[in-house]
Amino acid sequence: MGRYVIRRLLQMIPVFIGTTLLIFIMVHALGDPVNALFGDRAPDPATAAALRQQYHLNDPLWRQYLLYMGGIFTGDFGTAFNGEPVTSLMGTAFPNTIKLTAVAFVLEMVVGILLGVVSGLRRGRSVDTLVLVLTLLVISIPTFVTGYVLQYLLGVRWGVFDATAGNPPQFQQLIMPGIVLASVSLAYVARLTRTTIAENSRADYVRTAIAKGLPGRRVTVNHLLRNSLIPVVTFLGTDLGALMGGALVTERIFNIQGVGYQLYQGIARQNSPTVVGFVTVLVVIFLVANLIVDLLYAVLDPRIRYA
Amino acid sequence: MPDSTGPGGPGGREPGGHQAPGPFESDNQNLASIDAGSLVGSEDLHGESAPVPAADLEAREKPRSLWQDAWRDLRRNPIFIVSGLLILFLLVMAIWPGLFTSTSPLACDLGKSQLGATSGHPFGFDTQGCDVYARTVYGARASITVGVCATVGSALLGTILGGLAGFLGGWFDGLISRCADIFFGIPILLGGLVFLSVMTSRSIWIVVLFIVLLGWPQLARIARGAVITAKQQDYVTAARALGASNTRMMVRHILPNAVAPIIVVATIALGTYIALEATLSYLGVGLKPPTVSWGIDISAAADTFRYAPHMLLYPAGALSITVLAFIMLGDAVRDALDPKLR
Amino acid sequence: MTTVGTNPGPGAAPAGRAATADTEEQPLLEVRDLHVEFRTREGVAKAVNGVNYSVRAGETLAILGESGSGKSVSSQAVMGILDSPPGFVTGGQIIFKGRDLLTLGKEERRKVRGSQMAMVFQDALSSLNPVLSVGYQLAELYRVHRGIGRKEAKAKAVEMMEKVGIPAAKERVNQYPHQFSGGMRQRIMIAMALSLEPDLIIADEPTTALDVTVQAQVMDLLADLQREYHMGLILITHDLGVVADVADKIAVMYAGRIVETAPVHELYARPAHPYTKGLLESIPRLDQKGQELYAIKGLPPNLLRIPPGCAFNPRCPMAQEVCRHEVPPLYEVTEEDGTPLPGRGSACHFWKETLHG
Repeated sequence: MGRYVIRRLLQMIPVFIGTTLLIFIMVHALGDPVNALFGDRAPDPATAAALRQQYHLNDPLWRQYLLYMGGIFTGDFGTAFNGEPVTSLMGTAFPNTIKLTAVAFVLEMVVGILLGVVSGLRRGRSVDTLVLVLTLLVISIPTFVTGYVLQYLLGVRWGVFDATAGNPPQFQQLIMPGIVLASVSLAYVARLTRTTIAENSRADYVRTAIAKGLPGRRVTVNHLLRNSLIPVVTFLGTDLGALMGGALVTERIFNIQGVGYQLYQGIARQNSPTVVGFVTVLVVIFLVANLIVDLLYAVLDPRIRYA
Repeated sequence: MPDSTGPGGPGGREPGGHQAPGPFESDNQNLASIDAGSLVGSEDLHGESAPVPAADLEAREKPRSLWQDAWRDLRRNPIFIVSGLLILFLLVMAIWPGLFTSTSPLACDLGKSQLGATSGHPFGFDTQGCDVYARTVYGARASITVGVCATVGSALLGTILGGLAGFLGGWFDGLISRCADIFFGIPILLGGLVFLSVMTSRSIWIVVLFIVLLGWPQLARIARGAVITAKQQDYVTAARALGASNTRMMVRHILPNAVAPIIVVATIALGTYIALEATLSYLGVGLKPPTVSWGIDISAAADTFRYAPHMLLYPAGALSITVLAFIMLGDAVRDALDPKLR
Repeated sequence: MTTVGTNPGPGAAPAGRAATADTEEQPLLEVRDLHVEFRTREGVAKAVNGVNYSVRAGETLAILGESGSGKSVSSQAVMGILDSPPGFVTGGQIIFKGRDLLTLGKEERRKVRGSQMAMVFQDALSSLNPVLSVGYQLAELYRVHRGIGRKEAKAKAVEMMEKVGIPAAKERVNQYPHQFSGGMRQRIMIAMALSLEPDLIIADEPTTALDVTVQAQVMDLLADLQREYHMGLILITHDLGVVADVADKIAVMYAGRIVETAPVHELYARPAHPYTKGLLESIPRLDQKGQELYAIKGLPPNLLRIPPGCAFNPRCPMAQEVCRHEVPPLYEVTEEDGTPLPGRGSACHFWKETLHG
């Protein structure tokens, strides 16, 4: 197990470097941030040159990258468009996004697995068909469409929830956005769970458990679920990336001032430190989540642990 | 064994941000439809010793290939028929939009802004005064073009890189796998936001390129896995022992057997790429006017949804139906090619 | 020619293992006219068509047959673990210790499984849960059926592992199935089956997946334990060699019916059914050097379309017109002069010719 952990950690390093470099290149090599600082006005050449010097924009790209990375490890993400350090923007934005994502994640996990188990155990019956059809519909309708429709129906028309969230958003204001954000992932979780349960319920070890005279509940929970949920758990981890992307959309619809909002501002004003900073942090979170998921996989499946 | 090549874990990640549950996890198995052929010669339903072939002493059925079997199953599957027809319809609409409407989607009259349905204009008008029906019809072209081209592109790139990685192994495999991990590590919408926002001209081809760039790892992973599995089969060893060259083995032996899961994932990915394009347009980093796209229309109609819902609902409906059709197709294809049902 | 059924006793329900004297008289398990079919998309496959057999305490019955003969399905029906749908028991009785199991409710039947009647499966690697320790899987039986606490159950699990000959059981009880060798895993399966000292064990091809040398060890273990616990043992196999040492009597199955029954040595020496004869002749022998190996021509029948009359007739070298029309019952087999041969039966219209040449 130890060797597995170390191997995964080592693998993460080149990927981390590669991903952050890729982001860096995408942002810097393709746009001129100094021009952007001046908005629509043409920059005064001297000031522009001085600024370029200050921000090391004349250095080769790889050096800029290293300087930036160095800054990150000391907690310096640069300055945002409004003069504040990017880190302070992060400080206000991340908690909102984290709350939203947490709500969505819990929903996705609990409801998704529940639906998947029920339909997996009752394959071919009406519950199963219902779940299949619903999940198919949910997957097909893009998040932003469901977002607006739900916002209109539940928020404006029937007044069940607040149509938009305040700043900082209260918990009940995050329920509807959470549902919207979770919807597509929930559908995938339900389908995946259903499939693994259906496959595993015909496995030999399930037959053995039944032959041992174990009661149905014990067979389902201790034997069937214990095996079937392994791929689902790993999927949940990798789905975090989808949640992050979806959060951008959801935040916009429901006016939640989280990461998505700041990212927009950064892009609109072409402030690269903001953009690179936020995206880098998100990517790191994603990489770490995947690492945890891979490790969790080893914990759950002893065949990996003691390979 | 998880695919321990970094993020993405044992599965893959779909470019829309969501992961397809894996190529052969079928959703439509029906216990009552167990092929009796698999029971013949094997009384143990859980797979006993090698099944004895169905024995009528007069052998009535000649052996069929996987593809013929799959086609036969597909033809009988109502989901396939429905989605197939729908897609054909959409393709026709994309290639010859003039067949469906004579109004130009760009002929906008501000005086008609946000009007509801009137005669000759069944879907009403949007904020700019453009005919929503015409825009919905013409919008099919952009979405489907992006979807199809991005799928073909990422499937080709992914299959080549992933297939070679699986076939050659060694340092090449390591290199490609790390590259795939790197591109995987950027959630696609985030990447889109960053990358596309700095592009000045966002034509269809730029968007396609972007999707291919971030989408190939998923298909590469599937291709790599499929090639590795195929490579370990006995018939490959046999071919090698008979002196087959690498190219020949790859093309004649491995590829035909590895291509099925790739097709399944690609078909499903098509649906998600279409949704992805719309989402990117919604975020403002996708296609730009004057290109007519459902995503652009939905984005524009978002703020006024409450009192003029028709402007959003029609393009949203068209988009959803299109994505639904492709995902249903993918499901049907997966069921037909699923080896576990063979 | 009279047909042989197994004559049931007067229906007295034995009180369990304690009344050993009683159960010696009555068979432990009696399967009567069992019918099992599978309803599939392409029709109804008749997997078991009127099977009768019985097992006494301390006795070993071997059920022999190829794939598709119905040997596994019938035992699954006895255990009550038939995959239903698509499998259905459509007739017959399964009388275990005096009670017809088919009339019991689900819950009662479940209690019989594992504690009074247990099964050993063929492939221990897939039949054991890969993510639970072997100790857990062994202890489960004690905890569920006997209500024993966790620690005590674990101790008993270690005991059972030692009993079946797994070295360092105390340390290995926390290991997982994939960490054991094939033979060890099969021993664990046997330990699981034996933990609650059942009256009957059904072993479905317990050694097929093992190496020859390990096969012998596992069979010996089974035989020893059977003697020690005085259990009934049903051994299902397609391997004639394995059976010879362990079984008391053999039932040969074909296309869902029993086509021959005999005490073990008699079957090998003097088969009374063309199918059995064919099986025996197909075994390669050292003195066959230079000759073509014999194989029964043709293939086992499609269970959706079993040939009319005797199911074996398309492949039988002795088939006559009557074989294509009349299904042969299990005839009592006797010597040429009529002396009865107890325990012998043959479902062949021409058993006399087959037996006596």
